[in-house]
Amino acid sequence: MSTQVPKEDERTESVEHEAEDSAEQPEASHGDRRRADRDAKRQSVSGAPAEPEQDAFRLKVFRYDPEVEGKMEPRFDDFSVPREKGMTVLDALIYARDTYDTTLTFRHSCRQAVCGSDALFINGRQRLGCQTQISDLDKPVRVEPLPHQDVVKDLVVDMEHFYDQMHAVEPFFQPDEESPGDLEEYRQSPENREEIKMSTRCIWCGACMSSCNIAAGDNQYLGPAAINKAYRFAMDEREGENMKEHRLNVMDQEHGVWRCQTQFSCTNVCPKDIPLTEHIQELKREAVKQNLKFW
Amino acid sequence: MHEHDVLVIGGGGAGLRAAIAAHEEGADVAIVTKLHPVRSHTGAAEGGINAALREGDDWELHAYDTMKGSDYLGDAPAIETLAQDSPEETVQLENWGMPFSREDDGTVSQRPFGGLSFARTTYAGAETGHHMLHTMYEQVVKRGIQVYDEWYVSDLAVTDHDDPSDRECHGVIAYDIKTGQIEGFKARNGVILATGGLGQVYDHTTNAVANTGDGPAMAYRAGVPLEDMEFVQFHPTTLPSTGVLISEGVRGEGGILYNSEGERFMFEYGYANNDGELASRDVVSRAELTEVNNGRGVEDEYVYLDMRHLGEERITDRLENILHLARDFEGVDGLEEPMPVKPGQHYEMGGIETDENGLTCIDGLYAAGECACVSVHGSNRLGGNALPELIVFGARAGRHAAGSDLGEAEITTGRTGEIEEEDGLDTPVEPGAVSASTEEDDAVADGGNAGGDDDAVADGGAAVVEPDETVRRAVERERTRIEHLLEKDTGVQHASLRADLQESMTENVNVFRNEEGLKQALEDIQEVREAYQDVYVSDPSRTFNTDLIHTIETRNLIDLAEAITLGALARDEFRGAHWRQEHQERKDDEWLKHTMLSWNEGTPELWYKPTILEGEDKTYEPKERSY
Ligand SMILES: Cc1cc2nc3c(=O)[nH]c(=O)nc-3n(C[C@H](O)[C@H](O)[C@H](O)COP(=O)(O)OP(=O)(O)OC[C@H]3O[C@@H](n4cnc5c(N)ncnc54)[C@H](O)[C@@H]3O)c2cc1C
Ligand code: SF4
Ligand code: FES
Repeated sequence: MSTQVPKEDERTESVEHEAEDSAEQPEASHGDRRRADRDAKRQSVSGAPAEPEQDAFRLKVFRYDPEVEGKMEPRFDDFSVPREKGMTVLDALIYARDTYDTTLTFRHSCRQAVCGSDALFINGRQRLGCQTQISDLDKPVRVEPLPHQDVVKDLVVDMEHFYDQMHAVEPFFQPDEESPGDLEEYRQSPENREEIKMSTRCIWCGACMSSCNIAAGDNQYLGPAAINKAYRFAMDEREGENMKEHRLNVMDQEHGVWRCQTQFSCTNVCPKDIPLTEHIQELKREAVKQNLKFW
Repeated sequence: MHEHDVLVIGGGGAGLRAAIAAHEEGADVAIVTKLHPVRSHTGAAEGGINAALREGDDWELHAYDTMKGSDYLGDAPAIETLAQDSPEETVQLENWGMPFSREDDGTVSQRPFGGLSFARTTYAGAETGHHMLHTMYEQVVKRGIQVYDEWYVSDLAVTDHDDPSDRECHGVIAYDIKTGQIEGFKARNGVILATGGLGQVYDHTTNAVANTGDGPAMAYRAGVPLEDMEFVQFHPTTLPSTGVLISEGVRGEGGILYNSEGERFMFEYGYANNDGELASRDVVSRAELTEVNNGRGVEDEYVYLDMRHLGEERITDRLENILHLARDFEGVDGLEEPMPVKPGQHYEMGGIETDENGLTCIDGLYAAGECACVSVHGSNRLGGNALPELIVFGARAGRHAAGSDLGEAEITTGRTGEIEEEDGLDTPVEPGAVSASTEEDDAVADGGNAGGDDDAVADGGAAVVEPDETVRRAVERERTRIEHLLEKDTGVQHASLRADLQESMTENVNVFRNEEGLKQALEDIQEVREAYQDVYVSDPSRTFNTDLIHTIETRNLIDLAEAITLGALARDEFRGAHWRQEHQERKDDEWLKHTMLSWNEGTPELWYKPTILEGEDKTYEPKERSY
């Protein structure tokens, strides 16, 4: 939208990948002119003038493709990306892809931390690319696929195992009682809704699972997100006591809640601030209570 | 070849609801979706679901509000169906466990929303869409409905009949993103398109990157008319660097808009002397852009939305998620600084023409959700009316496709009945497919004309009408197209074409529209279309080739941008979200009709069909839309 003529014309420094100028265009059509204009804008950085070397930063990205010559051996590529106020890691990846290398591959969609597509290993920590400001990170910014998951290509990991675990906990509402009737809702107190609120925020990004040492060592461990899903239903008063008992039994098994060693790594990385470790602990306590009841 | 009774394309709110409904009718149903269902953009909806659930409210009031909001371009049978079915569908979500916000008595909470005569927007915190999406996905898991996730549907398998209304849809062609396989999916009973919005036509949008309007583009080229495409809703408060939506809640709580001079422009320049910041979406969006165009924008691009005066306590209590959004996506602390905002594309009112049962004029082809146009929203959608549309019409399409009798539809589809042809539209360039004189290669990149008849006619063969053969032939066509894109190794790349398209649309077919700009856009679109003939995909890989997917999507964006612009040029009046500089009034004598566009094998044709204002037991009289 901006019709502003860029004032600063400092060129951004490029390390390995530099924006190519399309020199071979025969005639400048309307579209070409606009494109050139846009490229010029890209080169200049809006906002407060800064020292030239601070205008760009280095983005180091993990690359791998199982079937492309030269990419079968994992490597890191460096991209020079101009800094802009408000820029996120996802913006930087998109910039690198659209400017230098269209084969750079990563999942993303919503750009607002609701679709859970872009959990990545950024500077050694699981984070959502779209939710991480470049200005908050040490440079160079290093982006890798989520650890402990098979890499499909570049930053894309196989999510099947994560989905299997999510599906394994009967992740759907199962009330003891029949629905209360035509146009009638099940009643739930605002307090109970508050109690489960945080647990319902999960966006299935897989960051927690990837950060968990236990999950890394035990492939059958349900993992924090799936246990949290079980918590979400077990604590929902609309389901009723029988179902709660059943759900606790599902959790109270070898690869369930007892595997957790309360290291808090999942809680620390969850982009939705879900108190995962606390939820797991609470289910442990509930399971113990239930076992005592039957003794 | 995969085979199911019903195929649902898309796993957002509309697709999931359709799949559950078809399953409940006993159909073997599968969902084919380019994103895993929980990644769909329905998850981004915040506000709520309009449903007349309470004492003092009833569906007729909801219908009336919706008709008024539509500026009398919605069809009464669609609007009344929405209002009648929404309570049941909304409570159904609750009965599936959706964690709605609650009142002290344990019932679900409702809140007021713009344009509504009753506080009927049913919500789950500021994450209604997220909870709706996840709740329905849970039901899909429970029922064991098969999901082909990360499969990209690239075309429909439709028979060759000359008249689109005689055609039948027998399935789709999909590309497995993970492995690069191209496969046919046959649908014994029906295909339901639920592919969501098309925000990527613009460079600034609240929509997701995956919202590329694939469904409308495929249906259009297969012969289904697109309806009322010129009606695009722009939201006045989106963050400039990403398009992330800052909800109306901020202005509702008392947030103030300032220009670069520190003036409260909604009042100082008289855009809305009564309602100020709380005027309707289109009024505020136009005011903001007028400020920017008059040199009073910040960095020539945006204005400020300030909530600091509300105080930390009130902000953290009621608008906490806004603080997160501004912080995470714009790097701004809303407690310390004003937030930059500008208008962004938000919702497409138009789409694939369907009747109340979700059926298009092509037998076996359905559409529901944002990609469809029943039409409920007419020229302007009320907040909180899209989510009920997903569940009401998703469910109906699912049931109907599974063979359930929903009664005869009142809305007609296809080029039949009382229609009117447009013959005088003056366009600077011939819209539609690049002329037949182009090289063979080019037509391939273009995805063929996809009317379905090209190959057969070229071969001098008979038209294909048999189901299996229809699917097989479409698979071949898509294989050829995709191979071509992958094997070609010089030419232009889609990203710059997409950027050109988006830029021209944002410049010329935005909240302000005039004849000159619209014509400019048509020229730009045609230029992009021509350049696209030479497009190639630089990533040769069969594994997770997003370059390829985006390239195919860009083709769809071109067709949709053109459809929006043609509609906008033809409609010389100001109605709802469609503003024309030279035509500042609503012209009911001339324009109480839907803009229809048929692809017509590459030479688009505009025509019109009347709006239906006769409801079940009353006729809606057009009144001035003022609040
Ligand atoms: C930020 C925001 C806030 C909103 N808030 C509200 C609100 O409060 N209330 C309200 O009523 N409305 C709201 N809306 C509007 C509403 O959310 C959307 O219109 C609605 O969610 C769209 O749902 P859908 O099911 O049609 O599409 P989506 O949820 O977008 O789903 C589309 C699906 O189609 C699939 N798909 C697309 N193309 C293909 C293809 N080629 N092959 C295979 N699969 C494909 C995708 O994978 C996805 O699963 C909001 C919209 C936005 C953007
Ligand atoms: S619990 Fe948190 S980290 Fe884990 S999948 Fe859900 S949102 Fe992601
Ligand atoms: S892109 Fe959706 S969570 Fe980041």
